Amino acid sequence: MKKLLAGSAVAALSMTGAAFADAHGTTACLITKTDINPFFVKMREGATAKAEELGVSLQSYAGEVDGDHEAQVDAIETCIAAGAKGILITASDTKAIVEPLRAARDQGILVIALDTPLEPIDAADATFATDNFEAGRLIGAWAAASVDDPENAKIAMLDLAESQPSVGVLRDQGFLTGFGIDVKDPNRWGDEDDPRIVGNEVTAGNEEGGRTAMENLLLQDPEINVVYTINEPAAAGAYEALKAMGRDGEVLIVSVDGGCPGVQNVADGVIGATSQQYPLLMASLGIEAIAQFAEDGTVPEPTEGLDFTNTGVNLVTDAPVDGVESISVSEGQDRCWG
Amino acid sequence: MAETTETGTATERVAEFEHGRHGPLARVQHVLHNAPTLVPIIILALSVVAFTVATDGRLLTGLAIKITLEQTAIIAILACAQTLIILTAGIDLSVGAVMVLAYVIMGHLGVTYGVPAPLSILAGMLVAMALGCVNGLLVTRVRLPPFIVTLGMWQIVLATVFLYTGSQSIRSQDIDAAAPMLKVFGERVEIGDWSLRIMGAPTIYAVVLVVLLFATFWYVLNRTAWGRHVYAVGDDRESAELAGVRADRVLLSVYVVAGAIVGLAAWAAIGRVGSISPSSFAEANLDSIAAVVIGGTSLFGGRGTILGTLFGALTVGVFSTGLKLAGANPQWVLFASGCLIILAVALDQWIRRIST
Repeated sequence: MKKLLAGSAVAALSMTGAAFADAHGTTACLITKTDINPFFVKMREGATAKAEELGVSLQSYAGEVDGDHEAQVDAIETCIAAGAKGILITASDTKAIVEPLRAARDQGILVIALDTPLEPIDAADATFATDNFEAGRLIGAWAAASVDDPENAKIAMLDLAESQPSVGVLRDQGFLTGFGIDVKDPNRWGDEDDPRIVGNEVTAGNEEGGRTAMENLLLQDPEINVVYTINEPAAAGAYEALKAMGRDGEVLIVSVDGGCPGVQNVADGVIGATSQQYPLLMASLGIEAIAQFAEDGTVPEPTEGLDFTNTGVNLVTDAPVDGVESISVSEGQDRCWG
Repeated sequence: MAETTETGTATERVAEFEHGRHGPLARVQHVLHNAPTLVPIIILALSVVAFTVATDGRLLTGLAIKITLEQTAIIAILACAQTLIILTAGIDLSVGAVMVLAYVIMGHLGVTYGVPAPLSILAGMLVAMALGCVNGLLVTRVRLPPFIVTLGMWQIVLATVFLYTGSQSIRSQDIDAAAPMLKVFGERVEIGDWSLRIMGAPTIYAVVLVVLLFATFWYVLNRTAWGRHVYAVGDDRESAELAGVRADRVLLSVYVVAGAIVGLAAWAAIGRVGSISPSSFAEANLDSIAAVVIGGTSLFGGRGTILGTLFGALTVGVFSTGLKLAGANPQWVLFASGCLIILAVALDQWIRRIST
C-alpha cells in the first residue's frame, strides 16, 4: 500500500510535470535494484548528468533491497503511465521482469537492460553491460601467470549467492576459463571437478560474508594460495581471514568491480588485480540511446560478435603480466566509481 | 495429561518406557523442567558428537574450534540482548540494524572525522542505548507491541544506515591507520609471550567478551532483584505488579540494557569483520532469535536461561562448521537451523506440559 501510494503520487506529479513541459520533451526512466549500492548510485549520477545535457527528463526508481522485484514492476507501470520514451533497467529478477517489460515495449517504449542481462537477453531492445565473463577471464589469466605453480595451485572460489545469479556465474566461469580450468557447464558454478579448486562458498558480496566464507575454505585446506572473489568487499573480508591466520602476503586475491575502495586495496596489496567496470558509462550511453530513439526511432546495435553492447572492462594492477592487457592502479583510481 | 507418581519398580518402568506417559520419560520431563539449561547442553553435546564422527574428528581440531567460536561470537552477544527482551515476552527485530548503525557511527567518527577512538566507541554505544530507550518507551508508554515497535525501528535504522553511508564500507587499512582501538576485539589475547589458547588455537578478545558477558548476565538474572523482576514481568505481568514490581520501569530498563549490549556487539563486530560494512549482518536479528529459541527460552516470556542462549548460539555454530567440513552446501546450514528451532520449541512445549 505504501509503495502504491508513493508510486501513484510520483506518477501524478510526473504527469503534471509532463503537461507543463514542452510537447517534444522526452521522458526516460531509470530503474535500479536499489539506490543504496554505490554502483547504482554512480549509475544514477551518470544518467542524471547525461539527461540534463540532452534535455531529457529523467525519473529514477529503485527497489528497497536487492531482490525487490515488486517495486521494479510498480516502477515500470508508473513509467508507462508517465508516457516515457525509454526505460533503463537493472533487473532484480531477470526472468520475472520480462513480462512487465513486454507490456512497456508493446506501448512503443525502448527497453534497455543495464549491467544485468535479462533472461532471455532479447527481452530488452538492447543491453549495455560489462562483459562479466571477460572480466572474470582477465583476472583468471592474470592469476595463472602470477602464481608460482599454476598446475598445483589451490584455489578458493568466493561466489555471490547460492541462487547463482548470472553476474556471479559469468565472473566465476570466466575466471576459471582464464586460469585454464575446464568449467563443465558454463551456466553454473560448482560442477567443476578440477582438483585445484578447494571449494565454492557464498559471500552475499559483503565483507562479513567474505571473511566467513574464506575461513570455511581455509578449514578445508589451509594451503589455499589463489582466491577468486565476486567483488571487492568480499575480497576485503577474505583478506582479513587470511591475515588472522598469518597468511596475508602469501595468497593471491583477485576480484571484479573497480570501485574506489577496491582499487585502493589493489594499491595497498590486499588485492592483486581487479577487473574494473564502468557504471557511469552504461547509464550515460543508455540515456543517449533513448534520446536518439525518441528522435528517429533508432534502436542501438550490439557490439560486434556479442549479443549486448559492451561498455568495457579493464584489468587494474601494478604487476602486469605478458599476454594480459591491463591498466595501472593510478589510471584505475582516475576511473573508479563509488 | 496423566498425573502419575513415580513409584514404579524397575520392571514396570521398562514395560512403560515405549508409551512414554509414565515412568522414566515423565521423570526425564520433570528433570528437564527443573533444569532448563539442560536441553540446550544436551543438543549441543549431541551435535558435537555427531559432527565429530561425520567429519572424522576434524571438528575438534584447534582451527575448527577457533573458527566456530569466532563466527559465533557476534551473534552470541546479540542473542544475550535478545534473551533479556524475550524473557519479558517481547522480541527485538532491530538488534542487527542498531548494531550496524552503532558501528557505522563509531567508524565515521573515529576514521572519517578523527574523533579519538574511545569517544567514538562511546558515542556508538550511547546511540544504541538511546534507540533501546526509544523502543522501551514505545512499548511501555505508548503500549505498542514489541514486535511492531522493533519492526519499525529495524527499518528506520537500516534506512538511516544506507542513507548515511551510501552503502560504502570503511576499509580495514583506514581503521588501522586512524583508530586501531575500534578493532581491539579482533586481536589475539596475548600478553608478552603468553597467549590464551583453546585446543592450541589462539583466541581473540571477542571470545573472552562473550564469556564475561554471559557470566555477568547469568549473575544478574539469577542473583539480583532486577533479574528476578525481569522473569516475573515476563511470566505474569499483573501478578508481578501486584507483588510490587514496577513492570514498566523494569521493561524500560531491559530495553536500555539490551541496547548497551548491542552497542558492545557493534564494537566487537568491527574487530570480527575488519572493515566497517553497512551491508553485513543483514540477518543478525533473526540469527539472534534463533540462538535464543534453540537455547530453550520461551517466546512467551518468563522462562529460559541466559546460558541456554550461549549453548544455542554454539549449537548453530557447530552445525555451520560441521556441515561445511562435511562438504555440505550453505543451504543445508539454513535447513538445519530451521529444524533445530522447531525441535527446540517442540521440546519446550513438551517440558512445559508438566507444569500445572
